[in-house]
Amino acid sequence: MIATRKIKYLIIGNSAGGIGAAEAIREVDKAGTITIVSDEPYPTYSRPLISEYLAHPYPVEKMAYRQPDFYEKNKIKTLLGEKVIQVNPDKRTVKLESGTTLAWQKLLLATGGTPIFPEMEGNQLKGVFTFNRLDDSRAIDGFLNQYRNRVRAVVIGGGLIGVSVTEALLRRGIEVTIVEMKDWILNTILDEEAAGFEVQALAQTGTNIITGHTAEKINSYLPGEVSGVTLDDGRVLPCQMAVIAIGVRPRLEVVAESGIKINRGIVVDRRMATSAPDIYACGDAAEAFDFVYGVNRLTPVWPNAYEGGRVAGLNMAGTQTEYQGGTAMNALKYFGVYIASAGLVTPPDDSYETLINRYNGIYKKVIIKKGKLAGMVFAGDIEKSGIVYNLMKDRVDVSKFKEALVADDFGLASLPESVWRDWLAGAPPEGVPVITSIEKPEELVIGD
Amino acid sequence: MKKVYIKEDVCIGCGLCEVYCRLKHSRSKDLVKAYKKETPRPLSRLRVDESGIVSLSVRCQHCDDAPCIGACLTGALSRDPSTSLVIVDEERCIGCGTCTLACPLGIPKLDMAQKKMVKCDLCQDEEIPVCVANCPNEALLYAEVEEALT
Repeated sequence: MIATRKIKYLIIGNSAGGIGAAEAIREVDKAGTITIVSDEPYPTYSRPLISEYLAHPYPVEKMAYRQPDFYEKNKIKTLLGEKVIQVNPDKRTVKLESGTTLAWQKLLLATGGTPIFPEMEGNQLKGVFTFNRLDDSRAIDGFLNQYRNRVRAVVIGGGLIGVSVTEALLRRGIEVTIVEMKDWILNTILDEEAAGFEVQALAQTGTNIITGHTAEKINSYLPGEVSGVTLDDGRVLPCQMAVIAIGVRPRLEVVAESGIKINRGIVVDRRMATSAPDIYACGDAAEAFDFVYGVNRLTPVWPNAYEGGRVAGLNMAGTQTEYQGGTAMNALKYFGVYIASAGLVTPPDDSYETLINRYNGIYKKVIIKKGKLAGMVFAGDIEKSGIVYNLMKDRVDVSKFKEALVADDFGLASLPESVWRDWLAGAPPEGVPVITSIEKPEELVIGD
Repeated sequence: MKKVYIKEDVCIGCGLCEVYCRLKHSRSKDLVKAYKKETPRPLSRLRVDESGIVSLSVRCQHCDDAPCIGACLTGALSRDPSTSLVIVDEERCIGCGTCTLACPLGIPKLDMAQKKMVKCDLCQDEEIPVCVANCPNEALLYAEVEEALT
Protein backbone atom coordinates (compact mmCIF):
# COMPACT_ATOMS: atom_id res chain seq x y z
CA MET A 1 0.00 0.00 0.00
CA ILE A 2 1.42 3.37 -0.98
CA ALA A 3 0.02 6.47 0.58
CA THR A 4 -1.34 8.58 -2.23
CA ARG A 5 -0.39 11.98 -0.85
CA LYS A 6 3.24 12.77 -0.34
CA ILE A 7 4.23 13.85 3.13
CA LYS A 8 6.09 17.14 2.82
CA TYR A 9 8.41 16.53 5.77
CA LEU A 10 8.93 13.00 7.00
CA ILE A 11 11.01 12.66 10.17
CA ILE A 12 12.30 9.30 11.37
CA GLY A 13 12.95 9.65 15.07
CA ASN A 14 10.97 11.26 17.87
CA SER A 15 13.73 12.43 20.20
CA ALA A 16 15.89 15.60 20.43
CA GLY A 17 16.87 15.72 16.72
CA GLY A 18 13.42 14.98 15.32
CA ILE A 19 11.71 17.43 17.65
CA GLY A 20 14.33 20.14 16.97
CA ALA A 21 13.65 19.74 13.25
CA ALA A 22 9.86 19.75 13.58
CA GLU A 23 9.95 22.91 15.70
CA ALA A 24 12.26 24.64 13.21
CA ILE A 25 10.09 23.63 10.25
CA ARG A 26 7.02 25.07 11.94
CA GLU A 27 8.77 28.40 12.49
CA VAL A 28 9.12 28.72 8.73
CA ASP A 29 6.33 26.63 7.22
CA LYS A 30 3.08 26.68 9.16
CA ALA A 31 1.14 24.41 6.86
CA GLY A 32 3.35 21.78 5.16
CA THR A 33 2.53 18.29 6.39
CA ILE A 34 4.92 16.87 9.00
CA THR A 35 4.91 13.23 10.02
CA ILE A 36 7.16 11.76 12.72
CA VAL A 37 7.72 7.99 12.73
CA SER A 38 9.27 6.21 15.70
CA ASP A 39 9.51 2.60 16.73
CA GLU A 40 9.03 3.68 20.33
CA PRO A 41 5.34 3.81 21.26
CA TYR A 42 5.67 6.94 23.44
CA PRO A 43 5.24 10.66 22.80
CA THR A 44 8.65 12.37 22.88
CA TYR A 45 10.36 11.92 26.22
CA SER A 46 13.67 12.95 27.73
CA ARG A 47 15.97 10.01 27.26
CA PRO A 48 18.43 11.10 29.97
CA LEU A 49 15.58 10.77 32.46
CA ILE A 50 15.39 7.00 32.13
CA SER A 51 17.79 6.80 35.07
CA GLU A 52 15.49 8.99 37.17
CA TYR A 53 12.63 6.70 36.17
CA LEU A 54 14.55 3.64 37.26
CA ALA A 55 15.65 5.27 40.50
CA HIS A 56 12.03 5.89 41.53
CA PRO A 57 9.79 7.54 42.21
CA TYR A 58 9.54 9.37 38.91
CA PRO A 59 6.20 9.44 37.11
CA VAL A 60 6.47 8.82 33.40
CA GLU A 61 4.46 12.01 32.68
CA LYS A 62 7.32 14.05 34.13
CA MET A 63 9.61 12.60 31.48
CA ALA A 64 7.71 14.32 28.66
CA TYR A 65 10.13 16.35 26.55
CA ARG A 66 7.28 18.53 25.27
CA GLN A 67 3.82 19.49 26.52
CA PRO A 68 1.03 16.95 25.88
CA ASP A 69 -0.56 19.16 23.20
CA PHE A 70 2.72 19.56 21.29
CA TYR A 71 1.85 17.44 18.26
CA GLU A 72 -1.65 18.76 17.92
CA LYS A 73 -0.60 22.37 18.32
CA ASN A 74 2.10 22.03 15.67
CA LYS A 75 -0.05 19.93 13.35
CA ILE A 76 2.36 17.01 13.44
CA LYS A 77 1.12 13.55 12.57
CA THR A 78 2.77 10.73 14.49
CA LEU A 79 3.24 7.10 13.64
CA LEU A 80 4.43 5.73 16.98
CA GLY A 81 5.39 2.12 17.47
CA GLU A 82 6.05 1.87 13.71
CA LYS A 83 9.47 0.80 12.57
CA VAL A 84 11.02 2.02 9.34
CA ILE A 85 12.89 -0.82 7.67
CA GLN A 86 14.09 0.76 4.45
CA VAL A 87 14.70 4.14 2.86
CA ASN A 88 14.48 4.48 -0.90
CA PRO A 89 16.08 7.77 -2.03
CA ASP A 90 15.20 7.32 -5.73
CA LYS A 91 11.52 6.63 -5.29
CA ARG A 92 11.41 9.00 -2.31
CA THR A 93 9.69 6.50 -0.09
CA VAL A 94 10.26 4.66 3.16
CA LYS A 95 8.97 1.22 3.95
CA LEU A 96 7.54 0.38 7.36
CA GLU A 97 7.72 -3.01 9.03
CA SER A 98 3.92 -3.06 9.09
CA GLY A 99 3.94 -3.13 5.29
CA THR A 100 2.98 0.47 4.63
CA THR A 101 5.04 2.62 2.28
CA LEU A 102 5.23 6.36 2.89
CA ALA A 103 6.10 8.90 0.21
CA TRP A 104 7.92 12.08 1.15
CA GLN A 105 9.33 15.28 -0.30
CA LYS A 106 11.96 15.94 2.39
CA LEU A 107 13.25 13.28 4.74
CA LEU A 108 15.13 13.54 8.03
CA LEU A 109 17.05 10.60 9.45
CA ALA A 110 17.10 11.18 13.20
CA THR A 111 17.35 7.49 14.00
CA GLY A 112 19.63 7.89 17.01
CA GLY A 113 21.97 5.32 18.46
CA THR A 114 21.76 1.76 19.60
CA PRO A 115 23.74 0.03 22.35
CA ILE A 116 26.73 -2.01 21.25
CA PHE A 117 25.88 -5.56 22.25
CA PRO A 118 28.92 -7.83 22.14
CA GLU A 119 28.97 -11.44 21.12
CA MET A 120 29.45 -12.91 24.55
CA GLU A 121 28.47 -16.16 26.12
CA GLY A 122 25.39 -15.65 28.23
CA ASN A 123 24.25 -12.37 26.69
CA GLN A 124 20.75 -13.77 26.08
CA LEU A 125 20.15 -14.76 29.70
CA LYS A 126 17.33 -13.35 31.74
CA GLY A 127 18.82 -10.55 33.79
CA VAL A 128 21.00 -9.12 31.02
CA PHE A 129 20.03 -5.59 30.05
CA THR A 130 21.06 -2.57 28.04
CA PHE A 131 20.20 0.98 29.11
CA ASN A 132 19.31 3.24 26.28
CA ARG A 133 15.57 3.81 26.17
CA LEU A 134 12.51 3.87 28.38
CA ASP A 135 11.66 0.23 27.69
CA ASP A 136 15.12 -0.79 28.97
CA SER A 137 14.45 1.12 32.16
CA ARG A 138 11.03 -0.49 32.46
CA ALA A 139 12.52 -3.95 31.93
CA ILE A 140 15.09 -3.44 34.71
CA ASP A 141 12.39 -1.99 36.94
CA GLY A 142 10.21 -5.06 36.38
CA PHE A 143 13.13 -7.37 37.08
CA LEU A 144 13.98 -5.60 40.35
CA ASN A 145 10.36 -5.66 41.46
CA GLN A 146 10.27 -9.39 40.89
CA TYR A 147 13.60 -10.18 42.55
CA ARG A 148 13.40 -7.51 45.19
CA ASN A 149 15.69 -9.24 47.61
CA ARG A 150 19.43 -9.16 47.46
CA VAL A 151 20.03 -8.41 43.82
CA ARG A 152 23.63 -7.69 42.94
CA ALA A 153 24.47 -6.08 39.62
CA VAL A 154 27.50 -5.93 37.38
CA VAL A 155 27.63 -2.98 35.01
CA ILE A 156 29.88 -3.71 32.05
CA GLY A 157 31.28 -0.39 30.86
CA GLY A 158 32.04 2.69 32.94
CA GLY A 159 30.96 5.40 30.52
CA LEU A 160 28.03 7.79 30.87
CA ILE A 161 25.42 5.08 30.46
CA GLY A 162 27.19 2.76 32.87
CA VAL A 163 27.48 5.41 35.56
CA SER A 164 23.87 6.57 34.97
CA VAL A 165 22.47 3.11 35.48
CA THR A 166 24.77 2.60 38.47
CA GLU A 167 23.43 5.70 40.17
CA ALA A 168 19.85 4.58 39.58
CA LEU A 169 20.54 1.04 40.83
CA LEU A 170 22.24 2.36 43.96
CA ARG A 171 19.22 4.49 44.70
CA ARG A 172 17.18 1.29 44.48
CA GLY A 173 19.43 -0.29 47.07
CA ILE A 174 21.27 -2.57 44.66
CA GLU A 175 24.93 -3.38 45.14
CA VAL A 176 26.89 -2.59 41.97
CA THR A 177 30.26 -3.48 40.49
CA ILE A 178 31.44 -1.50 37.45
CA VAL A 179 33.84 -3.18 35.04
CA GLU A 180 35.75 -0.70 32.86
CA MET A 181 38.16 -1.78 30.16
CA LYS A 182 40.29 1.40 30.20
CA ASP A 183 42.25 2.88 33.10
CA TRP A 184 39.49 5.03 34.55
CA ILE A 185 35.73 5.39 34.33
CA LEU A 186 34.18 8.09 32.11
CA ASN A 187 37.48 8.18 30.19
CA THR A 188 36.02 9.52 26.96
CA ILE A 189 34.57 12.62 28.60
CA LEU A 190 36.79 13.19 31.65
CA ASP A 191 40.50 13.18 32.38
CA GLU A 192 41.75 11.00 35.20
CA GLU A 193 41.71 13.74 37.82
CA ALA A 194 38.11 14.84 37.17
CA ALA A 195 37.00 11.21 36.97
CA GLY A 196 38.56 10.89 40.42
CA PHE A 197 35.76 13.10 41.78
CA GLU A 198 33.25 10.49 40.59
CA VAL A 199 35.36 7.57 41.78
CA GLN A 200 35.47 9.09 45.25
CA ALA A 201 31.70 9.62 45.28
CA LEU A 202 31.12 6.08 44.05
CA ALA A 203 33.48 4.68 46.68
CA GLN A 204 31.37 6.30 49.38
CA THR A 205 28.36 4.37 48.11
CA GLY A 206 30.27 1.12 48.42
CA THR A 207 30.39 0.59 44.67
CA ASN A 208 33.19 -1.60 43.46
CA ILE A 209 35.04 -0.32 40.38
CA ILE A 210 37.30 -2.66 38.43
CA THR A 211 39.39 -0.96 35.74
CA GLY A 212 41.69 -2.38 33.10
CA HIS A 213 39.57 -5.50 32.65
CA THR A 214 36.77 -6.71 30.45
CA ALA A 215 33.94 -9.14 30.96
CA GLU A 216 34.47 -12.37 29.10
CA LYS A 217 31.23 -14.20 29.72
CA ILE A 218 28.06 -14.12 31.71
CA ASN A 219 27.55 -17.25 33.80
CA SER A 220 24.42 -19.15 34.52
CA TYR A 221 23.98 -21.82 37.18
CA LEU A 222 20.22 -21.73 37.17
CA PRO A 223 18.95 -22.42 33.65
CA GLY A 224 18.40 -19.17 31.74
CA GLU A 225 19.30 -16.86 34.60
CA VAL A 226 22.37 -14.75 35.35
CA SER A 227 24.51 -15.94 38.22
CA GLY A 228 27.73 -14.04 37.65
CA VAL A 229 30.20 -12.45 35.27
CA THR A 230 33.64 -13.87 34.48
CA LEU A 231 36.39 -11.34 33.74
CA ASP A 232 39.33 -11.67 31.35
CA ASP A 233 41.64 -12.58 34.26
CA GLY A 234 39.36 -15.42 35.34
CA ARG A 235 37.84 -13.60 38.27
CA VAL A 236 34.17 -14.35 38.86
CA LEU A 237 31.79 -11.66 40.10
CA PRO A 238 28.59 -13.21 41.46
CA CYS A 239 25.49 -11.24 40.44
CA GLN A 240 21.86 -11.66 39.46
CA MET A 241 21.84 -9.02 36.75
CA ALA A 242 24.26 -7.52 34.26
CA VAL A 243 23.92 -4.27 32.34
CA ILE A 244 25.86 -4.01 29.11
CA ALA A 245 26.95 -0.40 28.70
CA ILE A 246 30.06 -0.57 26.56
CA GLY A 247 28.93 2.08 24.13
CA VAL A 248 26.47 3.25 21.55
CA ARG A 249 26.74 3.21 17.78
CA PRO A 250 24.65 5.02 15.16
CA ARG A 251 21.49 3.20 14.06
CA LEU A 252 22.06 2.78 10.36
CA GLU A 253 20.03 -0.29 9.35
CA VAL A 254 17.40 1.74 7.51
CA VAL A 255 19.96 3.35 5.20
CA ALA A 256 22.23 0.33 4.83
CA GLU A 257 21.32 -0.36 1.22
CA SER A 258 20.13 3.09 0.23
CA GLY A 259 23.44 4.29 -1.22
CA ILE A 260 23.52 7.23 1.20
CA LYS A 261 27.12 7.96 2.19
CA ILE A 262 28.05 6.45 5.53
CA ASN A 263 31.31 6.59 7.41
CA ARG A 264 30.94 5.79 11.09
CA GLY A 265 27.63 7.60 10.95
CA ILE A 266 25.57 9.18 8.19
CA VAL A 267 27.82 11.83 6.64
CA VAL A 268 26.24 15.30 6.48
CA ASP A 269 27.44 18.70 5.27
CA ARG A 270 27.12 21.96 7.20
CA ARG A 271 23.44 22.13 6.18
CA MET A 272 22.95 18.66 7.71
CA ALA A 273 22.19 17.33 4.22
CA THR A 274 23.28 13.79 3.35
CA SER A 275 24.74 12.68 0.03
CA ALA A 276 21.21 12.02 -1.30
CA PRO A 277 19.03 14.94 -2.45
CA ASP A 278 16.41 16.16 0.04
CA ILE A 279 17.55 13.71 2.71
CA TYR A 280 18.99 15.14 5.92
CA ALA A 281 20.39 13.55 9.05
CA CYS A 282 21.19 14.67 12.60
CA GLY A 283 21.80 13.49 16.13
CA ASP A 284 23.53 10.31 17.23
CA ALA A 285 23.07 8.75 13.78
CA ALA A 286 24.92 11.51 11.96
CA GLU A 287 28.52 12.44 11.55
CA ALA A 288 28.41 16.23 11.62
CA PHE A 289 30.99 19.01 11.92
CA ASP A 290 33.02 19.11 15.14
CA PHE A 291 34.45 22.59 15.68
CA VAL A 292 37.31 21.38 17.88
CA TYR A 293 38.62 18.79 15.44
CA GLY A 294 37.57 20.77 12.37
CA VAL A 295 36.22 17.62 10.74
CA ASN A 296 33.03 15.56 10.81
CA ARG A 297 32.75 13.30 13.84
CA LEU A 298 30.16 11.49 15.91
CA THR A 299 29.24 13.67 18.89
CA PRO A 300 26.33 11.77 20.40
CA VAL A 301 25.06 14.27 22.95
CA TRP A 302 21.56 15.64 23.38
CA PRO A 303 22.22 19.38 22.79
CA ASN A 304 24.00 18.69 19.49
CA ALA A 305 21.14 16.46 18.36
CA TYR A 306 18.63 19.22 18.99
CA GLU A 307 20.77 21.89 17.33
CA GLY A 308 21.58 19.69 14.33
CA GLY A 309 17.90 18.82 14.00
CA ARG A 310 17.01 22.48 14.12
CA VAL A 311 19.47 23.33 11.33
CA ALA A 312 18.22 20.38 9.26
CA GLY A 313 14.61 21.50 9.76
CA LEU A 314 15.31 25.07 8.67
CA ASN A 315 17.07 23.87 5.53
CA MET A 316 14.31 21.37 4.78
CA ALA A 317 11.81 24.21 4.97
CA GLY A 318 13.88 26.33 2.59
CA THR A 319 15.73 28.64 4.98
CA GLN A 320 19.43 28.25 4.26
CA THR A 321 21.22 27.74 7.55
CA GLU A 322 24.66 26.44 8.49
CA TYR A 323 25.42 24.27 11.50
CA GLN A 324 28.06 26.07 13.55
CA GLY A 325 29.26 22.67 14.63
CA GLY A 326 29.23 20.83 17.89
CA THR A 327 31.65 18.91 20.00
CA ALA A 328 31.35 16.41 22.81
CA MET A 329 29.88 18.36 25.74
CA ASN A 330 28.57 17.00 29.00
CA ALA A 331 27.43 18.31 32.33
CA LEU A 332 27.26 15.65 35.05
CA LYS A 333 25.76 15.72 38.50
CA TYR A 334 26.08 12.15 39.66
CA PHE A 335 25.92 11.84 43.45
CA GLY A 336 25.73 15.63 43.69
CA VAL A 337 29.19 16.15 42.19
CA TYR A 338 29.05 18.73 39.43
CA ILE A 339 31.37 18.30 36.46
CA ALA A 340 31.30 19.89 32.99
CA SER A 341 33.53 18.99 30.10
CA ALA A 342 33.76 19.69 26.39
CA GLY A 343 36.07 18.97 23.51
CA LEU A 344 39.35 17.26 24.37
CA VAL A 345 39.95 16.24 27.96
CA THR A 346 43.55 15.12 27.60
CA PRO A 347 45.95 16.65 25.07
CA PRO A 348 46.82 14.08 22.38
CA ASP A 349 50.38 15.43 21.87
CA ASP A 350 52.68 18.19 23.09
CA SER A 351 51.54 20.74 20.54
CA TYR A 352 48.76 21.55 23.01
CA GLU A 353 49.07 23.78 26.04
CA THR A 354 47.31 22.76 29.25
CA LEU A 355 46.40 25.17 32.05
CA ILE A 356 45.17 23.80 35.36
CA ASN A 357 43.98 25.42 38.58
CA ARG A 358 43.04 23.60 41.77
CA TYR A 359 41.53 25.36 44.78
CA ASN A 360 38.99 24.55 47.52
CA GLY A 361 38.29 21.14 46.06
CA ILE A 362 37.63 22.66 42.65
CA TYR A 363 39.46 21.58 39.52
CA LYS A 364 39.58 23.60 36.33
CA LYS A 365 41.50 22.74 33.22
CA VAL A 366 41.63 24.12 29.70
CA ILE A 367 43.49 22.80 26.69
CA ILE A 368 44.65 25.29 24.07
CA LYS A 369 46.06 24.86 20.59
CA LYS A 370 47.35 27.79 18.53
CA GLY A 371 45.56 30.27 20.77
CA LYS A 372 42.22 28.55 20.54
CA LEU A 373 40.48 26.39 23.09
CA ALA A 374 40.43 22.70 22.24
CA GLY A 375 39.06 21.32 25.49
CA MET A 376 37.89 22.01 29.02
CA VAL A 377 37.11 20.20 32.26
CA PHE A 378 35.51 21.92 35.25
CA ALA A 379 34.91 19.80 38.35
CA GLY A 380 33.42 20.82 41.68
CA ASP A 381 32.11 24.14 40.35
CA ILE A 382 30.69 24.49 36.88
CA GLU A 383 29.31 27.99 37.16
CA LYS A 384 30.65 30.11 34.30
CA SER A 385 31.79 27.01 32.43
CA GLY A 386 29.51 28.21 29.63
CA ILE A 387 31.69 31.26 29.06
CA VAL A 388 34.68 29.01 28.35
CA TYR A 389 32.61 26.62 26.24
CA ASN A 390 31.38 29.46 24.04
CA LEU A 391 34.88 30.89 23.64
CA MET A 392 35.79 27.46 22.32
CA LYS A 393 32.70 27.26 20.12
CA ASP A 394 33.21 30.73 18.64
CA ARG A 395 36.93 29.93 18.04
CA VAL A 396 38.02 33.07 19.92
CA ASP A 397 41.76 33.60 20.25
CA VAL A 398 42.29 33.37 24.00
CA SER A 399 46.10 33.73 24.11
CA LYS A 400 45.97 37.17 25.75
CA PHE A 401 43.82 36.08 28.69
CA LYS A 402 44.28 32.32 28.87
CA GLU A 403 45.40 32.28 32.52
CA ALA A 404 42.16 33.98 33.53
CA LEU A 405 40.08 31.11 32.15
CA VAL A 406 40.96 28.81 35.04
CA ALA A 407 41.37 31.54 37.70
CA ASP A 408 39.32 31.48 40.92
CA ASP A 409 37.75 34.85 40.12
CA PHE A 410 37.14 34.21 36.41
CA GLY A 411 34.13 35.96 34.96
CA LEU A 412 32.98 37.94 31.95
CA ALA A 413 34.92 40.96 33.19
CA SER A 414 38.13 38.96 32.72
CA LEU A 415 37.53 39.04 28.98
CA PRO A 416 38.07 41.88 26.51
CA GLU A 417 35.04 44.13 26.05
CA SER A 418 34.70 43.04 22.41
CA VAL A 419 33.79 39.56 23.62
CA TRP A 420 31.34 40.29 26.42
CA ARG A 421 29.65 43.25 24.78
CA ASP A 422 28.21 41.05 22.05
CA TRP A 423 27.04 38.46 24.51
CA LEU A 424 25.30 41.02 26.67
CA ALA A 425 22.46 43.13 25.32
CA GLY A 426 24.90 45.49 23.61
CA ALA A 427 25.63 49.12 24.37
CA PRO A 428 23.05 50.84 26.55
CA PRO A 429 20.58 52.95 24.59
CA GLU A 430 20.93 56.73 24.53
CA GLY A 431 18.24 59.11 25.62
CA VAL A 432 16.11 56.61 27.49
CA PRO A 433 14.87 58.18 30.70
CA VAL A 434 16.49 56.57 33.68
CA ILE A 435 14.16 55.42 36.37
CA THR A 436 15.50 57.03 39.49
CA SER A 437 15.91 60.82 39.96
CA ILE A 438 12.18 61.27 39.61
CA GLU A 439 11.80 62.62 43.10
CA LYS A 440 13.45 65.84 44.14
CA PRO A 441 16.57 65.24 46.21
CA GLU A 442 16.13 65.75 49.92
CA GLU A 443 17.21 69.13 51.15
CA LEU A 444 20.26 68.94 53.25
CA VAL A 445 19.66 70.27 56.71
CA ILE A 446 22.79 71.64 58.26
CA GLY A 447 23.31 72.21 61.91
CA ASP A 448 19.98 70.80 63.01
CA MET B 1 10.50 43.15 24.56
CA LYS B 2 12.43 44.99 27.23
CA LYS B 3 15.95 44.12 28.32
CA VAL B 4 18.29 45.17 31.06
CA TYR B 5 21.27 47.10 29.73
CA ILE B 6 24.40 47.66 31.72
CA LYS B 7 26.43 50.83 31.87
CA GLU B 8 29.59 49.32 33.25
CA ASP B 9 31.42 52.66 33.26
CA VAL B 10 29.24 53.85 36.15
CA CYS B 11 28.89 50.48 37.90
CA ILE B 12 30.78 50.52 41.17
CA GLY B 13 30.32 46.83 41.86
CA CYS B 14 28.39 47.42 45.08
CA GLY B 15 26.37 44.24 44.57
CA LEU B 16 23.02 45.74 45.59
CA CYS B 17 21.47 44.26 42.44
CA GLU B 18 22.33 40.82 43.77
CA VAL B 19 20.97 41.65 47.20
CA TYR B 20 17.62 42.84 45.85
CA CYS B 21 17.39 39.95 43.43
CA ARG B 22 17.83 37.48 46.24
CA LEU B 23 15.32 39.32 48.39
CA LYS B 24 12.81 39.39 45.54
CA HIS B 25 13.13 35.65 45.01
CA SER B 26 12.87 34.77 48.68
CA ARG B 27 9.70 33.50 50.26
CA SER B 28 9.94 35.63 53.37
CA LYS B 29 10.70 38.94 51.55
CA ASP B 30 12.80 39.74 54.59
CA LEU B 31 16.43 40.59 54.01
CA VAL B 32 17.86 38.99 57.11
CA LYS B 33 15.80 35.83 56.70
CA ALA B 34 16.65 35.64 52.98
CA TYR B 35 20.36 35.68 53.77
CA LYS B 36 20.55 33.85 57.05
CA LYS B 37 17.51 31.78 57.88
CA GLU B 38 15.35 30.80 54.97
CA THR B 39 15.68 27.23 53.71
CA PRO B 40 16.07 26.51 50.95
CA ARG B 41 18.26 29.61 50.76
CA PRO B 42 17.06 31.89 47.95
CA LEU B 43 19.63 32.62 45.28
CA SER B 44 20.37 35.72 43.29
CA ARG B 45 19.58 35.18 39.64
CA LEU B 46 22.27 37.58 38.57
CA ARG B 47 25.98 37.78 39.15
CA VAL B 48 28.49 40.62 39.40
CA ASP B 49 31.75 39.79 37.65
CA GLU B 50 34.73 41.95 38.53
CA SER B 51 38.19 42.37 37.16
CA GLY B 52 40.32 45.35 38.09
CA ILE B 53 38.13 48.42 37.81
CA VAL B 54 35.54 46.79 35.56
CA SER B 55 32.45 45.29 37.13
CA LEU B 56 29.60 43.76 35.19
CA SER B 57 26.16 42.96 36.51
CA VAL B 58 25.27 39.89 34.44
CA ARG B 59 21.83 38.33 34.07
CA CYS B 60 19.95 36.17 31.55
CA GLN B 61 19.54 38.03 28.27
CA HIS B 62 16.57 35.94 27.12
CA CYS B 63 18.57 35.59 23.88
CA ASP B 64 16.79 35.20 20.55
CA ASP B 65 18.68 32.00 19.76
CA ALA B 66 18.75 30.90 23.45
CA PRO B 67 21.25 28.03 23.35
CA CYS B 68 20.03 26.91 26.78
CA ILE B 69 16.63 25.93 25.37
CA GLY B 70 18.15 23.66 22.73
CA ALA B 71 20.61 22.20 25.22
CA CYS B 72 18.04 21.44 27.93
CA LEU B 73 17.86 17.68 28.38
CA THR B 74 14.36 17.54 29.78
CA GLY B 75 12.47 20.25 27.92
CA ALA B 76 12.19 22.28 31.12
CA LEU B 77 13.47 25.43 29.41
CA SER B 78 11.28 27.08 26.82
CA ARG B 79 10.26 30.46 25.49
CA ASP B 80 7.04 31.88 26.84
CA PRO B 81 5.10 32.83 23.71
CA SER B 82 3.28 35.69 25.43
CA THR B 83 6.25 37.45 27.05
CA SER B 84 9.14 36.17 24.85
CA LEU B 85 11.03 35.38 28.06
CA VAL B 86 13.07 32.20 28.48
CA ILE B 87 11.34 30.40 31.32
CA VAL B 88 12.08 27.28 33.35
CA ASP B 89 9.53 24.69 34.41
CA GLU B 90 10.93 23.82 37.81
CA GLU B 91 8.87 20.64 37.93
CA ARG B 92 10.75 19.22 34.97
CA CYS B 93 14.21 20.66 35.67
CA ILE B 94 16.63 18.13 37.16
CA GLY B 95 19.46 20.62 37.70
CA CYS B 96 21.86 18.77 35.43
CA GLY B 97 23.80 21.91 34.51
CA THR B 98 23.78 21.44 30.74
CA CYS B 99 22.28 24.93 30.33
CA THR B 100 25.11 26.37 32.43
CA LEU B 101 27.62 24.80 30.06
CA ALA B 102 25.75 25.99 26.96
CA CYS B 103 25.20 29.63 28.02
CA PRO B 104 27.77 32.18 26.78
CA LEU B 105 27.27 34.15 29.99
CA GLY B 106 27.48 31.02 32.14
CA ILE B 107 24.52 32.48 34.01
CA PRO B 108 22.10 29.61 34.69
CA LYS B 109 22.60 29.13 38.41
CA LEU B 110 22.23 25.77 40.08
CA ASP B 111 20.37 25.61 43.34
CA MET B 112 22.26 22.76 44.95
CA ALA B 113 19.72 22.30 47.73
CA GLN B 114 16.74 21.99 45.41
CA LYS B 115 18.65 20.40 42.52
CA LYS B 116 17.14 22.89 40.10
CA MET B 117 18.45 25.69 37.98
CA VAL B 118 17.15 29.14 38.75
CA LYS B 119 16.99 32.04 36.36
CA CYS B 120 16.06 35.66 35.84
CA ASP B 121 12.36 36.29 35.15
CA LEU B 122 12.81 40.06 34.79
CA CYS B 123 10.55 40.38 37.86
CA GLN B 124 7.32 39.86 35.93
CA ASP B 125 5.11 41.23 38.69
CA GLU B 126 7.10 44.48 38.95
CA GLU B 127 7.06 47.38 36.57
CA ILE B 128 10.84 47.50 36.63
CA PRO B 129 13.10 44.61 37.68
CA VAL B 130 14.29 45.11 41.25
CA CYS B 131 17.97 45.05 40.25
CA VAL B 132 17.40 48.07 37.99
CA ALA B 133 15.07 49.87 40.35
CA ASN B 134 17.53 49.64 43.22
CA CYS B 135 20.79 50.37 41.46
CA PRO B 136 22.12 53.40 43.34
CA ASN B 137 24.26 54.61 40.47
CA GLU B 138 21.89 54.15 37.54
CA ALA B 139 24.28 51.66 36.02
CA LEU B 140 21.37 49.49 34.90
CA LEU B 141 18.78 50.45 32.37
CA TYR B 142 15.53 48.70 31.52
CA ALA B 143 14.55 49.57 27.97
CA GLU B 144 12.83 48.26 24.87
CA VAL B 145 15.18 46.43 22.53
CA GLU B 146 13.94 48.48 19.56
CA GLU B 147 14.61 51.68 21.45
CA ALA B 148 18.13 50.55 22.04
CA LEU B 149 18.74 49.83 18.39
CA THR B 150 17.75 53.27 17.13
